[in-house]
Amino acid sequence: MTEMVYGSLPKRDGDPILPRWWRTIDKWSVSCILILFGVGLLLGLAASPPLAERNGLDPFHYVERQIIFGCAALAVLFATTMLPPQMVRRLGVLGFLAAFAALALLPVLGTDFGKGAVRWYSLGFASVQPSEFLKPVFVIVSAWLMAASHEINGPPGKSMSLLLAIIIVGFLAMQPDFGQSALILFGWGVMYFLAGAPFTLLIGIAGAVVLVGMFSYNNSEHFARRIDGFLNPEVDPTTQLGYATNAIREGGFFGVGVGEGQVKWSLPDAHTDFIIAVAAEEYGLILVLIIIALYATIVVRSFLRLIQERDMFIRLAGSGLAAMFGVQALINMGVAVRLLPAKGMTLPFVSYGGSSLIAGGVALGMLLAFTRTRPQGKIGDILIQRGPR
Amino acid sequence: MTRIPLRPLARILEARAKGENPDAIERENLRRRHDDMRDRARLRAEGRLLVLAGLFLCAFLVVGGRMAMLSATEASEPRAQAPGASIAMARADILDRNGRVLATNLATHALYAQPPQMVDPENAALALAQIFPDLKADELLADFTGSRKFLWIKKKLSPEQKQAVHDIGEPGLLFGPREMRLYPNGSLAAHVLGGASFGKEGVSAAEVIGVAGIEAQFDEYLRNPANGDAPLMLSLDLTVQAAVERVLYGGMKMMNAKGAAAVLMDVHTGEIVSIASLPDFDPNDRPRPLTQGDQSDSPLFNRAVQGVYELGSTFKIFAAAQAVELGLVNPATMVNTKGPLRWGKFRIRDFHDYGAQLSVTDVIVKSSNIGTARMAMDIGAARQRDFLATLGLLEATPVELVEAAGAKPLLPQNWSELSTMTISYGHGLSSSPLHLASAYASLLNGGTRVQPTLIRPTHVTVGPRIVTAETSAIARDMLRQVVVRGTASFGEVPGYAVGGKTGTADKPKPRGGYYDDKVIATFASVFPANNPKYVLVVTLDEPVETSGPKPRRTAGWTAVPVAAEIIRRVAPLMGLKPEIAPLSPTGVTLTSN
Repeated sequence: MTEMVYGSLPKRDGDPILPRWWRTIDKWSVSCILILFGVGLLLGLAASPPLAERNGLDPFHYVERQIIFGCAALAVLFATTMLPPQMVRRLGVLGFLAAFAALALLPVLGTDFGKGAVRWYSLGFASVQPSEFLKPVFVIVSAWLMAASHEINGPPGKSMSLLLAIIIVGFLAMQPDFGQSALILFGWGVMYFLAGAPFTLLIGIAGAVVLVGMFSYNNSEHFARRIDGFLNPEVDPTTQLGYATNAIREGGFFGVGVGEGQVKWSLPDAHTDFIIAVAAEEYGLILVLIIIALYATIVVRSFLRLIQERDMFIRLAGSGLAAMFGVQALINMGVAVRLLPAKGMTLPFVSYGGSSLIAGGVALGMLLAFTRTRPQGKIGDILIQRGPR
Repeated sequence: MTRIPLRPLARILEARAKGENPDAIERENLRRRHDDMRDRARLRAEGRLLVLAGLFLCAFLVVGGRMAMLSATEASEPRAQAPGASIAMARADILDRNGRVLATNLATHALYAQPPQMVDPENAALALAQIFPDLKADELLADFTGSRKFLWIKKKLSPEQKQAVHDIGEPGLLFGPREMRLYPNGSLAAHVLGGASFGKEGVSAAEVIGVAGIEAQFDEYLRNPANGDAPLMLSLDLTVQAAVERVLYGGMKMMNAKGAAAVLMDVHTGEIVSIASLPDFDPNDRPRPLTQGDQSDSPLFNRAVQGVYELGSTFKIFAAAQAVELGLVNPATMVNTKGPLRWGKFRIRDFHDYGAQLSVTDVIVKSSNIGTARMAMDIGAARQRDFLATLGLLEATPVELVEAAGAKPLLPQNWSELSTMTISYGHGLSSSPLHLASAYASLLNGGTRVQPTLIRPTHVTVGPRIVTAETSAIARDMLRQVVVRGTASFGEVPGYAVGGKTGTADKPKPRGGYYDDKVIATFASVFPANNPKYVLVVTLDEPVETSGPKPRRTAGWTAVPVAAEIIRRVAPLMGLKPEIAPLSPTGVTLTSN
């Protein structure tokens, strides 16, 4: 009777793990993630052969690597989704310590692969970008700290998480990697907002972001060039942006056809930062809209499901992860359509890249773990005549 | 519903009374507070999560919409999108005094390559080398296959060349629109126009900047879009310029001279109607400056403006005119010409011995150095220097050419009495033919100073007076006598009453002393002498006339005939009517009935 009125009970004693997982997981989001991964492979087939050819490799070398890393990422993802939130939190904190140490040691041990920024560890068979892994676990730690601050007699978690964010941003700015810094700050801001930030403070933070941006503009040539490029109404057609914009136009609604695209031959970052341009050129607006819809579904569904959540840590961590995931996709696509200044950022779970893929798997796994249906004590509320409102 | 008493301790007291553990009640209170807080936080978060979800949805919609808008627009050729708005185009034209075009612009194309877009670099390199003989296929191929992403190949293409390059069909070879400076008259007035080259170059436009002559002098004006494309009108007359250059070229060849210059100036306004310097060049394809040797041998060197020479006896008229002006002599006064004239260890001689004395007019007509030097001694150094200064002979000409400011006359370090004497017959002071033309114009136009100019003056101004009109007329008469019965008898042009003075100066050696077989021959003339309109100065560099038994180098045999031919050709072009006494009707039989 109660089950019929309030939906299936999310948890039963002595339940086997997999059926319970299947019953409680957000199946829409899982589908969207799998489709995204598939789209990523499809676009990798289109976008990476030129790169492989330039590097003298087998044409589908990068696709093969993407499949291997993708399977690893999916395995990590599904394993993570099965963890209970407390376990996610524990592992997340441990992972944070490791990733933070790795980030701090980058200036000593990292390499820059000749790209002007020390962001990677070279492991021989692959390179690892610690900031990719740091993003999700930072969200976990911050959510934990903020939730703890809402306990009676809890620690001052919000200030502590802000301090952490600033330290991390400092390390990232040293590389320099303003994109990841912005993501970290944005994720923290979303969580702080949900944890009940006063509006005046939010406005103040927005002002501070503007000030920091202006400071960076005046003091970092790397940064200033990109902003200048954005503010200039004319796209220099020989830049990556010019090519990307033109590729989107070239594609039109239905694309020029599979394998017929040209932009991938001109853009050095066709398989990462500008993969959406490749998608738009070969498959047209249709695929782009599908990709956008997939991202939107994952993000918006996660937010809506988290509304039901009563546990503050889960709510904060889940929304932080969803927001970071969504905003990274938004920035990547926004750059390609010139809504945003040029910023190297991968399209999560679609772009080629080992670290990015596995870190994306971790982040989405944690997100799905948090959005699983859980007993929220609604019946208890009713039973003790204490409605939610 | 359990009522919570207003007094919080009441329950605890009650519990104590019942013997229960009050801590449980404390915990229960805490739990309730916590639940309350949690619920409040959740309520707030619920709204904020909805806002966030809405924001993200909107953002995704915006990106999607923008994608759709981009997809809906037509793809354009990538390079055509960036017009070079920063480079101002349309340099103003340069016209002659009658509105004929001396310099204009022509739309053309520059050729550049983007090697990454090339499909067949080898074929492209070979084909380009065939179209442009000055390009080398192997060098092009090295550029095309190297790491370069962009290179200029040709700055200007003719339409035929453009079509030929187009026909190669290589997508990596691209054309950038250009506005190039065109001088339709070729080498005509080359030294005045100077030339132009590209400044800032972009793919879609290039700046044209003047590099010499008028183009450099008026670069700002010509480039300024605020002038509304108003052309720059010069005082030059294209047809006269063409005639002068043609005759001068012929004269230079005939007299075996290595260079020649001519200046034709309006005697009243200082407008330069024609100015020529040979050898010249084509400003459409301006040669490079000489990297070694004497720059004055370069065709780029403007002998009429930049060349400062000792112009010899042409200066004698200044001494005679000043002596008349000062009242020291009149044209009939006899001057002692017994030579040689000694001054310290120096001796001044005449070309021929002219006897014991000559009238002032004859000193000029026969060109006696001794007679002129004696008049100069009477004038004195200070007065002579002041007089020459008022004629503009001691400083650079103000003519509107960038090169003019650098052409300062060479003056003696110490203006001694000896300098006074030598300068009076044109030695010891070097100036350009343009200096001489302006000085002649100032002296002979009635005695008011004119400044040489290449621009048509908007209104006529009369300069400061230098000599009286009478002195000016006397000077003109003396010059006329030189042509009628003196050293410039080849200068007679029927009907134009040419007056003028010859000057033959030995060329100085670079290491001091003078050559005895190299001269600068000059003829400075005014016509018509009775009603002066124009001054013409013709200078030949190292002429030698070889029709006689001995080579002749004096100006009377070299520069004068050339100048006379120029006057014969250009005077009608400038609308001067020849004044010829009507033939007596005796030879004509009028028949009637």
